[in-house]
Amino acid sequence: MRLIDIARLVFGVLAVVFLIAPLIAILPLAFTSSVFLTYPIPDYSMRWFRELFVADVWRLSIVNSLIVGTGTTILAGVLGTMAALGLRNSGLLLPGLFRTAFLLPMVVPAVVLGVGMQVFFVQIGFANTYAGVICAHTVVAVPFVVVSVSASLAGIDRRVERAALSLGASPFTVFRRVTFPLALPGILSGAVFAFATSLDEVVLTLFVAGPNQRTLARQMFSTIRENISPAIAAAAFLFIVGTLLVALVALLIRRRASQAKQPA
Amino acid sequence: MSEAAARTRLGALALVAPLVLFLALFFAWPLVSMLKESVSDPVGSRAFPLTAEAAAGWDRQSEPPDALKQAFVEDLRNIDDQQLLGDAVRRLNSAQNGFRTLMGKTVRAAQEQSGPLDLAAIDAKWTDVRFWRAVVDSTNPYTDRNLLAALDYQRDATGKVVALPADASANTAILIRTLWIGAVVTIACALIGLPYAMLAVSLTGWKRQLLLGAVLLPLWTSLLVRTAAWFILLQEKGLINDTLISLGLISGPLPLIFNRLGVVIAMTHVLLPFMVLPIYSVLLAIPKNLMPAAASLGAPPWRAFLRVLLPLSLRGVVSGSLLVFMTAIGYYITPALIGGAQDQMISSVIAFYAIGSANWGMAGALGAILLVATLALYAVYGRLSSDRGGL
Repeated sequence: MRLIDIARLVFGVLAVVFLIAPLIAILPLAFTSSVFLTYPIPDYSMRWFRELFVADVWRLSIVNSLIVGTGTTILAGVLGTMAALGLRNSGLLLPGLFRTAFLLPMVVPAVVLGVGMQVFFVQIGFANTYAGVICAHTVVAVPFVVVSVSASLAGIDRRVERAALSLGASPFTVFRRVTFPLALPGILSGAVFAFATSLDEVVLTLFVAGPNQRTLARQMFSTIRENISPAIAAAAFLFIVGTLLVALVALLIRRRASQAKQPA
Repeated sequence: MSEAAARTRLGALALVAPLVLFLALFFAWPLVSMLKESVSDPVGSRAFPLTAEAAAGWDRQSEPPDALKQAFVEDLRNIDDQQLLGDAVRRLNSAQNGFRTLMGKTVRAAQEQSGPLDLAAIDAKWTDVRFWRAVVDSTNPYTDRNLLAALDYQRDATGKVVALPADASANTAILIRTLWIGAVVTIACALIGLPYAMLAVSLTGWKRQLLLGAVLLPLWTSLLVRTAAWFILLQEKGLINDTLISLGLISGPLPLIFNRLGVVIAMTHVLLPFMVLPIYSVLLAIPKNLMPAAASLGAPPWRAFLRVLLPLSLRGVVSGSLLVFMTAIGYYITPALIGGAQDQMISSVIAFYAIGSANWGMAGALGAILLVATLALYAVYGRLSSDRGGL
């Protein structure tokens, strides 16, 4: 029995190290003073963060990512939330079909979708525009919103809404004062997922964006490919810290939501 | 009541409609355009409309009728778009060598003289039926050339499907490589993922949270960041080689990056969460008292594991494997950044055709193959997960 316990411990530690170590190993390199992305680090400096915010290619790509990410979050948030509200309604014919259709963009390989979008966007004059990139990102971001809002709508007690209706509130008021606040955690986490998806999207961007819409992820991709520099590590540092912050916020929202459900 | 029901149904439709329209326009339509691109061959039908009409009366074997020949001459006289003419010549030359000089002569003759032309006098090639067949074939606006080429086949002069010469194309080899890398990554994920999920289920408290967090954190982290991290670890002067050298285990750096091993390691890391999470959720649903029950009936632990726990967890392994395999065969970023030339998968070839050489026909044909494979795997996956709901 002891041998099994040791084997379990060794396997568990090795597996956790395999999963987490790469993410930790990249962090200190963000502060290297060297131009090489290797250990040991000769000296600590902030030069690569400065590079990120001063060098034109990086600064513009960060601005582009924020523009595209915001556009995607709004578009995917509105479309996805509306669809989730519609899907909840029992009156809809073939709800399973709609649900499957809304999830398909997660399944289709990005390169395949990218080729199709490139061909189609050229035909309709959408190639190399911000609107085109935002629409492309929205296609892959919207499933996350639908899933997340649907989950939080499923947790709402329908009697609360019926009670509001029976007390004379109009359907719109019921939505504004009852359904929306209750679904807000799901909408917010869906929006965060949409933003994160847009931020990390490379392949579709490669196919539909022109040089003026080069996003941070696209810039990172070509930097790794062509001239690897520690600016990558600095960008990765921001991504990882951002991920941890978002996870923390999501945790807090969920905790507050579950506390709100309990009677005071 | 029925009026109210109709109104809610209408309301639901109105809420769903915007997303349906959006996805129809920006998701379904692009995929259809891609598929259309892979089978469309519009140059010939645009350049030679009269020939296309006249070709209906020809049996493709005997000498073409005079009406067909003169329709072709008329088409040549009508073309005033030099770009279109150039495209048509290129298209014909790719089907049958020798068209470049032949068309140059013939177009000049057609424009200099009026009335019917004696084509055989201009060039003896026009007495060769193969050239007429190429002209008539080019007027078909649809083609299976790209789809056949994607699988390393072509049509020979008589229209029969034959394999391409071995040195002419490598698409089948790349398809097999794609499936092979996908399979290796799936097996690696299963070998790590199954024990990992079992360990996580058997633990409680912070230890379980730690194992789950270790799976979720990479899942939430940017794919590019994870790939960059593996780049740093695997490179020649990377952490892994440095550590092994300083421990004295190896004398020179191991080749870990720009080869198959690096791609498999990085992809396993990226896709492992998709294996662990389905298995974990299946294991959670297994009643806790099954293993003690097996033990009380006299089964030794290994036997209880083999006969009870393993078969029950297989469902999770199968869904996880489908998910991992389906995602792996479509991967682009990780092989592009970590792999060498010999580790590029089908997505890289598609991207090369679309971005590198503007050959959307081939990109579309290879994309169609990948799309069909992925959707088929997804259908199996969907069937499996809905079965579990009924169990």
